[in-house]
Amino acid sequence: MSADILSIRSVSKNFPGVLALSSVSFSIREGEVHVLVGENGAGKSTLVKILCGYYKPDKGKMFYRNKPYLPETPRAAMDAGIRAVYQEFNLLSYLSVAENIFFDRLPRKGILVDKKKLHANTVDVLKRVGLDVDPGMPVELLGVAQMQLVEIAKAISSKCSMLILDEPTATLSQGEISRLFEIIKTEQQQGLTVIYISHRLKEIYEIGTRVTVLRNGELVSTNDVDKVSVPQIVSMMVGRQMGVEYPFNDAISPKSEPRLEVKNLIIAGNPNKISFELKRDEILGIFGLVGSKRTETVRALFGADIKRGGEILLDGKKLDIRSPRDAVKRGLCLLTEDRKTQGLVLDMPLASNETLAALNRVTKLGLVNKHVEHFESRRLSKGLAIKTPSVYQLARNLSGGNQQKAVLAKWLFRDAKVLIFDEPTRGIDVGAKYEIYLLLWRLLSEGKGILIVSSDLSELMGVCHRIIVFSGGQVSGEALRPDFEQERILKYAYRVS
Amino acid sequence: MNTKRIAYLLLNEAGIGCILALLCILFSYSVPNFASKPNISNIFTQISINTVIAVGMTFVILLGGIDLSVGSMLALCTILAGFTITNKELPVGAAITLAVLVSMLTGMACGLFNGFVCEQWKIHSFVVTLGMQNIARGAALKFSDSRTIFSFPAEFNSFGLISYFDVPVIFIMAITLVLVGHFILVKTIFGRMIYAIGNNEEAVRLSGHNPRIYKIAAFMICGATVGVAAILYMLRLNMASPILGNGFELSAIAAVVIGGTSMSGGKGSMIGTLFGAAIIGVLNNGLLLMGYSDFTRQIATGAIIIAAVILDTYRAKLLRMLSS
Repeated sequence: MSADILSIRSVSKNFPGVLALSSVSFSIREGEVHVLVGENGAGKSTLVKILCGYYKPDKGKMFYRNKPYLPETPRAAMDAGIRAVYQEFNLLSYLSVAENIFFDRLPRKGILVDKKKLHANTVDVLKRVGLDVDPGMPVELLGVAQMQLVEIAKAISSKCSMLILDEPTATLSQGEISRLFEIIKTEQQQGLTVIYISHRLKEIYEIGTRVTVLRNGELVSTNDVDKVSVPQIVSMMVGRQMGVEYPFNDAISPKSEPRLEVKNLIIAGNPNKISFELKRDEILGIFGLVGSKRTETVRALFGADIKRGGEILLDGKKLDIRSPRDAVKRGLCLLTEDRKTQGLVLDMPLASNETLAALNRVTKLGLVNKHVEHFESRRLSKGLAIKTPSVYQLARNLSGGNQQKAVLAKWLFRDAKVLIFDEPTRGIDVGAKYEIYLLLWRLLSEGKGILIVSSDLSELMGVCHRIIVFSGGQVSGEALRPDFEQERILKYAYRVS
Repeated sequence: MNTKRIAYLLLNEAGIGCILALLCILFSYSVPNFASKPNISNIFTQISINTVIAVGMTFVILLGGIDLSVGSMLALCTILAGFTITNKELPVGAAITLAVLVSMLTGMACGLFNGFVCEQWKIHSFVVTLGMQNIARGAALKFSDSRTIFSFPAEFNSFGLISYFDVPVIFIMAITLVLVGHFILVKTIFGRMIYAIGNNEEAVRLSGHNPRIYKIAAFMICGATVGVAAILYMLRLNMASPILGNGFELSAIAAVVIGGTSMSGGKGSMIGTLFGAAIIGVLNNGLLLMGYSDFTRQIATGAIIIAAVILDTYRAKLLRMLSS
């Protein structure tokens, strides 16, 4: 058994309101492919960013080749030989393949770039990763799989002894994945250590040596891959989550007639047709992993993105939705996952934000009536318990929970029929979360339709009557309230049977 | 009024007003004729045209756009209005009225083109209006055969000379336009939408509005103010020429920027723009009376623009400190 190349000891990292990593300890052996798994928000990305020098841990130590390791900058991590290939590539799209691979160490001839040497070096590296493209080709002309190989070439052509791959197979085809695995195995034989992050649990057995499971920022366990089964890993990832209470009201039960029907919706970049329905008096949850097209689906449904086909019916009537304007007119509203860039006008007062979707209610002859606006805004803010010194406070200065309530206030003022929440409680503290859940129930009792998209499964299980699961751009499963079972829902999401 | 409120005001238009006042006081002491009635009246006349164009420009810049075509558009407007006003077949009153309409409609048509192209093909207004700058100039030269149009009706020319209590009528018109612009921005839904879109277009779109309409409208408003400015210019010069308005776009943008409007949109005010135009006018006039050359004055104007933007970064910081 080979020695540890990297050991992580009690590393913790705090972000405002979130403990992203809490005293995580494990080690990576030289020459292994160490798979890191966990749900969204488990702390994988934070850990990678600490290893690569983007974040500094608040507590804990790391040892790399038996020496203390604490990279101050991404550069320091690279110099130590740790490189990462992220899901989002860091390529300069107008530059050539060769220039991208050797960007930080271009061979020189005086003050000029030694083009011949650059070309020769690139040909060598490309052969290593099995990529057959002209080194002079601009990167923007490559396909996704090719770009990824360029990233890998960039990493392994430098003195790289540990390569971190963040969800490398998320956008690859089966053939491309097999090729990627071959390259990883070849490099592994030559001494490269790999940290491999993936949502596809089956891959663990194909490529991994050991697997570490993270959950809610904590380490669950590290095992040899042949000692654990997929169900075991799933249950480790899910665990039992505590801390948040969910108000659930048995008095309201879904009716059989549908409120909102989505039939054969086709969205950009997804060949599958998506159909589902929201019943009257029902809170419906949509669960899915990153890349499952859950957000894209509701955005297309709302008209925010182009949809290529399909029908949407509200209360049995067909809606023609081509823009958010159409959707809002027909009584739909979307609370976007990113309230700061898509939900609020941050540099305008709370009051202006609350009235933004229904300005006609505070205006007369095209003029904004400040008194009416002030009155309505105070009424709304009070009703939702938005904590602010004044309704003229800029939205920017509100806390996350209050900002989310401000977005909600905007739609309540518009009197929408169906509210679609995308990640309604992301980045909100526990108290505010509970208030939002209570509001959902209040809205339901007022006859609104409620659709919640979330990557937080325990939240959906706590709040919804029914959960549908998205995977790879289609509905892969459904679960009803009495029979909510985390493992089953996750299996739908990961598509392990 | 508490100190916080005063500080807030000083960091907004009132601050720019103070700089203008300081500049005036400084020149009144150091330049003998500066504070004389004729000179003040002269300054009023000088800043009127730029103020009017800057009113329209404020709408465009508040939406994060820019209009480089206003100078050429002004020339085109004067030419078309000049043809109309000198048409001997029309009664004088009708010719004048029609000329005003033609001028404004020409401006609005150019603005519609600018806005539509920008929004339809998602091209930055810098490029589109740069194109329009050439198109409008070329059209003005072509229609007029690069000749100047003189001999406007006497009624028209004499109207331009009217002043009330030494305040020239064209300045009164400019101020009226500023007030109308201010009213639109502060009181109407339209104004509210301008600020909201300038701040966060996507949030506005997802709130069920169509930002495109407002952006095209802003360019049309800008065109309309150019149409008005063209008439005011004709009142002042008693002629129409295809070479008028060279570099006017830069003066108008400068007025808006000095007035505290952010080039990335969403922040700014019409009153600030008025003060901005006045600062440029006063500085030019004062330095001229002190005997500085045209060149020196140009350098000073440039320096003021840069200084205003630098000050703006501090202002933004102070405002943030104040509001949190």
